[in-house]
Amino acid sequence: MAGTKKKGTTDTMNKPIAEELSKNQRDISVAEFFERNRHLLGFDNKRKALLTVVKEAVDNSLDACEEAKQLPEIIIQIVEMGNDRYRVIIEDNGPGIVKKQIPNIFAKLLYGSKFHTMKQARGQQGIGISAAVLYAQLTTGRPAKIWSKIGANQPAHYYELHIDTQTNNPEIMREEEVTWKKTTGVKIELDIDATYQKGDQSVDSYLKQTAIANPHATFIYTNPKAEQFVFARATDKLPKEPTAIKPHPYGVELGIMLKMLKNTECRTLQSFLTQEFSRVGPQTAKDICEGAGLVPSMKPDELQLPHVEKLIEGIKKTKIVAPSTDCISPIGEELLEKGMRKEISAEFYTAVSRSPEVYKGIPFVVEVAMAYGGEQPGDQPVHILRFANRVPLLYQQGACASTKAIVQTNWRPYGLSQSQGALPVGPLTVIISLVSVWPPFTSEAKEAVAHYPEILKETKLALQEAGRRLGSYVNKKRRIADQQERISIFENYIPEVANALSDLSGVNKEKIEESMKKMLEKNKEYIQAHKEAHKVEKVEKKSKEEQVALTGFEDDNG
Amino acid sequence: MTTDKQAKEKIEDLGKELVKEVLANKPPILNVPVRALSNIVFNKQKEALELGNKISERNFFNVAHAKKFLQTLEVAAKSKDLLALGKHASLRDVFYMIKRTIPNTKTNIVDEQSESDNAIEDLELLTNLSREQLNINANKMGSVAGQVVIEDKGDEIDWSKMGSGGWSIPSNVEEIKFKKVKAKYVIYMEKAAVWERLHEDKFWEKQNCIIMSSQGQTTRGIRRLLQRLSQEHNLPIYVLADFDPWGFYIYSVLKFGSINLAHMSGSMTLSTARFLGITADDIEKYGLKKQLIAFKDVDMTRLKQLQNYEWFKHSKDWQRQFKMMQTMNAKAEIQALSSRGISFITEKYLPEKIKNEDFLM
Repeated sequence: MAGTKKKGTTDTMNKPIAEELSKNQRDISVAEFFERNRHLLGFDNKRKALLTVVKEAVDNSLDACEEAKQLPEIIIQIVEMGNDRYRVIIEDNGPGIVKKQIPNIFAKLLYGSKFHTMKQARGQQGIGISAAVLYAQLTTGRPAKIWSKIGANQPAHYYELHIDTQTNNPEIMREEEVTWKKTTGVKIELDIDATYQKGDQSVDSYLKQTAIANPHATFIYTNPKAEQFVFARATDKLPKEPTAIKPHPYGVELGIMLKMLKNTECRTLQSFLTQEFSRVGPQTAKDICEGAGLVPSMKPDELQLPHVEKLIEGIKKTKIVAPSTDCISPIGEELLEKGMRKEISAEFYTAVSRSPEVYKGIPFVVEVAMAYGGEQPGDQPVHILRFANRVPLLYQQGACASTKAIVQTNWRPYGLSQSQGALPVGPLTVIISLVSVWPPFTSEAKEAVAHYPEILKETKLALQEAGRRLGSYVNKKRRIADQQERISIFENYIPEVANALSDLSGVNKEKIEESMKKMLEKNKEYIQAHKEAHKVEKVEKKSKEEQVALTGFEDDNG
Repeated sequence: MTTDKQAKEKIEDLGKELVKEVLANKPPILNVPVRALSNIVFNKQKEALELGNKISERNFFNVAHAKKFLQTLEVAAKSKDLLALGKHASLRDVFYMIKRTIPNTKTNIVDEQSESDNAIEDLELLTNLSREQLNINANKMGSVAGQVVIEDKGDEIDWSKMGSGGWSIPSNVEEIKFKKVKAKYVIYMEKAAVWERLHEDKFWEKQNCIIMSSQGQTTRGIRRLLQRLSQEHNLPIYVLADFDPWGFYIYSVLKFGSINLAHMSGSMTLSTARFLGITADDIEKYGLKKQLIAFKDVDMTRLKQLQNYEWFKHSKDWQRQFKMMQTMNAKAEIQALSSRGISFITEKYLPEKIKNEDFLM
């Protein structure tokens, strides 16, 4: 956001962790900070800790591979060492990390560059992997072991790292050059306290979902039970590389606008608008000023609060081209469907990718995919897989905007049952993926997407579009089943009717039956298309009601 | 009279006709007249409900009709067997005779007796034969006592010497011969309990009449018996029923015929029937106001239906009764009369009503 200009300062970001950490670095140790915030960082309990460690490492690997335009191949290994202690080993084929940077990236909290740019990426605060290192250090006392190699002719560097919990600086326990067969890549090994459990919130399920959302990546995973899973890539096409952009005027809030005005180096309001925002040219800037009743030549720092309010009004009145979508890279309908097909067995698949929209000046794209039928249970609520920037969200499903959008969508027309205010029930998996420069989460733990109206609206539109396709499939399936049922009614009734008719007429039963079967065969279409049937049925039902109403004592049914 | 043989042939013809269609590769279709209010015509001259000419086509190769089609044929086949054997079956018997599960399905040919009953009525319409002629009988449900001697299947029966239960009326009364009819009129009552009262008080002996009742519904046998007594012996028929829409309707069915049996109206209606009570005026006259029971919604709905029936629409007397009942918003049972004394009905109410010819037509 506004911080693009002044790299390194965190005061323009309203992220509590960052502020807290930067202010208090000298006063409290990072160990203390970690203890205080472990629930925000994903280390609330031992089970979640295992997931978080794997997740942070895998996210980093995927981001690194994509930046280097390398098809990711990530090897994940978890080894049980007894007494709730596990060794987690994650190895990628990314570009590697230059020797100088290794200690900072792995053993210094809040180190990284993504925090200050408008660009879609998995990790955001540079806190993830170093937090995992710190967690290992605090629970087992063992250092993180890192291997890195940046080229075929380069040596591999091996580090054993601790974090100095007083100064938040890397402490190098060991450092040496080693031989490593890989051309490029990074490998990290951490010993941590953890529990391994299967289920919806397990590492197994996280990796499966990651494979769905990243069909260009291959994962080779060995779990603590020594079971190996290979999630092979479904495409050799890398996702389009996201680029950094400036904020879009729509939705930039008063507070952010004030900060931007304060920090800008532009001399006039007009140049402020054209230079600090995307999609604003001189004409648009003039239109905004006219709409706001402000002089374009005003100095930005002269704008007082009432002016800024007017400016925001002016922006709302002006038609501005939608934000550039370069900065985000949606999965795409085709690949999302491919990813789902390889990991979920079902009968029907569909995917919808919406056009980019904007919330608070930040572009985002919602994508939805559905897999219906197969062996999925039909009497359970639909299975929801949520993603933010291709990262699976495994916790806090109930608090997520995606879940809310599903609940608020009427699923009955699409052939699913649904009670008021509840998830629909049926053999369905729904994938909702949000990609954005800055996906808004409800908390720092990044587990649920916040309920922004723009995001809810887009999600619902995507669900409806995919739902309509699902509905036509489900209804068609039902129609075919109905037709088959109808045919089978006649097939079963014919012998009975033939029997009775033979009784009455003395004509041979087989002869009647054969003739009727022939007629059924010939008339299948006639039977299916026999709309009249329903009409007559309705009339009969009606007269039956009349009869019910009228038969009081009148009859003598004995 | 149609003999069993003729009836059997008629059913067989129905089957042959259908087989002919099937063998000609035409879908088998039964054309059944519609039995519903929409196809009921009130014949003003005959004062009877008659069936209109709406036909419902029942095509086997129509999902909505297939089951009914099969039910009708099953009933026809069973009736044919009965006629061939010279045996009679009850409606309940027929239900069990055709009830079974169709192979390879979870569907039963019939699940409830109402389905087989309906199929039997269809068969009546298709063959133009009455249920009795198809050798299917309803349960006997009525009692009679009075100064009448009849002959039934060779036995001579004196209705005045039947003990405390009276003679129970069979479902088929066509074969009965009236030997001696001394009684001057018939009282038909809705309630068996009231019949017991009249019988215990020897009302029929004192008043020289016939007392007849059924348990709830007016069966075909009773309706036919009343019709024969009226036509063959010119006896007036008095109806004693509750003061409620359902009681009025019992009278309506006896007199004009019913919607379900409109096709048989010729042998069922009783244009000489008179409604003796309980009338709205009786409530006033015999001080039964305290015995009134408040109307429920269904009562009012039913009353409004009665008011609009073609055959009641133009009767000032009946419309007046309906209106008074509507105003009272309440009903009363015949037994309400017991509040005036256990034998008030036989000693005062009935003799007075009949003497004063205080009835509705």
